Amino acid sequence: MRGVSTRELGQHAFARGLTAGQLEALAALAVSVELPAGCRLFEEGGRAARLWLLRSGRIALDLRVPGRERIIVETLGPGDELGLSWLTPVAQWQFGAIAQLPVSAFEFSSTALVELCEADHELGYQLTRRLVVTAIARLQAARIRILDLYAAPAPAAGGAL
Amino acid sequence: MTISQVPASYRVSSRRDETHDTVTLTLEPAGDPIAAVRAGQFTMLYAFGIGEIPISVSGRPGQHALAQTIRAVGAVTTALCAMPAGQIVGVRGPFGTCWDEADAAGRDLLLVAGGIGLAPLRSALLAALSDRQRYRRVIALIGARSPAELVFGGEIDDWRASGAEVMVTVDRADASWHGNVGVVTQLIRRAGVDPPNTTALICGPEVMMRLTARSLVATGMSAGNIRLSLERNMQCGVAECGHCQLGPLLLCRDGPVVSYQVAEPLLATREL
Repeated sequence: MRGVSTRELGQHAFARGLTAGQLEALAALAVSVELPAGCRLFEEGGRAARLWLLRSGRIALDLRVPGRERIIVETLGPGDELGLSWLTPVAQWQFGAIAQLPVSAFEFSSTALVELCEADHELGYQLTRRLVVTAIARLQAARIRILDLYAAPAPAAGGAL
Repeated sequence: MTISQVPASYRVSSRRDETHDTVTLTLEPAGDPIAAVRAGQFTMLYAFGIGEIPISVSGRPGQHALAQTIRAVGAVTTALCAMPAGQIVGVRGPFGTCWDEADAAGRDLLLVAGGIGLAPLRSALLAALSDRQRYRRVIALIGARSPAELVFGGEIDDWRASGAEVMVTVDRADASWHGNVGVVTQLIRRAGVDPPNTTALICGPEVMMRLTARSLVATGMSAGNIRLSLERNMQCGVAECGHCQLGPLLLCRDGPVVSYQVAEPLLATREL
């Protein structure tokens, strides 16, 4: 675990478009972490208090289902953000997260991020906007998966084919 | 060249189960063969006594034998999927436009497949890998419903060894799956696409193709460098019957491979 330079942070997709001052403020809160494959970052139901910006590797978001193996809900990779649940009032993880591959990431405390956003509303707006875009993209992806596009067509739609 | 409307006889020389409902048949001519098939084109396959359906070729172009990958979704496809080696089928074609993957020489070739849509793209991928130095990167992004429903899963290591970058994602998986889970469009950013220097070929359910093409355009790709394989009710194969009309296009002749520049307004029009 070590500190993060503004140059390093500026290379992440999440930081694109931030000013030098904003990058500096954000980098001061970040630590660089390396997680081995199999490392569990959090479990469903735990207190949500971290945001990670993934640089490499892969994280699986999963869910325990009684009597079955864990179901993987989604995987995240380089350029993605992990950990949005602290934005909600209950601040509780809704899924678990485990490193499927060795992961390199920038880690932030949500408390420190919220304090920074309270002190600097422009930066707060920039960060919130990015996290909302991510949340919308995940909502849209979830909706597309609900469509089950790759399922076999219903016999009526398939006709004689 | 005139394409005969009389089916040529082909014998099923081998069959490979891809998934629980999808089979790849290798067909050898039992008489005069049809003309050489290009990647992206389709044939009309005739299960005698049952019916005829359009199926894209999934094998490497220029081969004596045809590889055709079929999913059992109705009477004809179920009959074809059940055919043992030695059985005779009728083949008309080849029909339609092709991927023109060679047109991407000197550029990155990006293939985005959803479900059984990988079958027509496999043909372009095998063609590109047989002439690998012609392209910069060859990238295949593949979406499937689940690991068990991934077609050609056993070939992916070979494709990688031949110089392709392959990323697979599935819609649902348990903890035994160690790959990506999510929609195929989410792989575009992870693949690090170089928009101005990329030609993209997309095949899958139409909704998936629309969303993928839109995602690629959002990265800065030109619609003219994106090609889709569209599907309608192909019947005659020679632009006579009109069943496959999509606006001004008769897809058995003007498709199935269509530039997104042409397809975009048509796909956005209701009732087409």
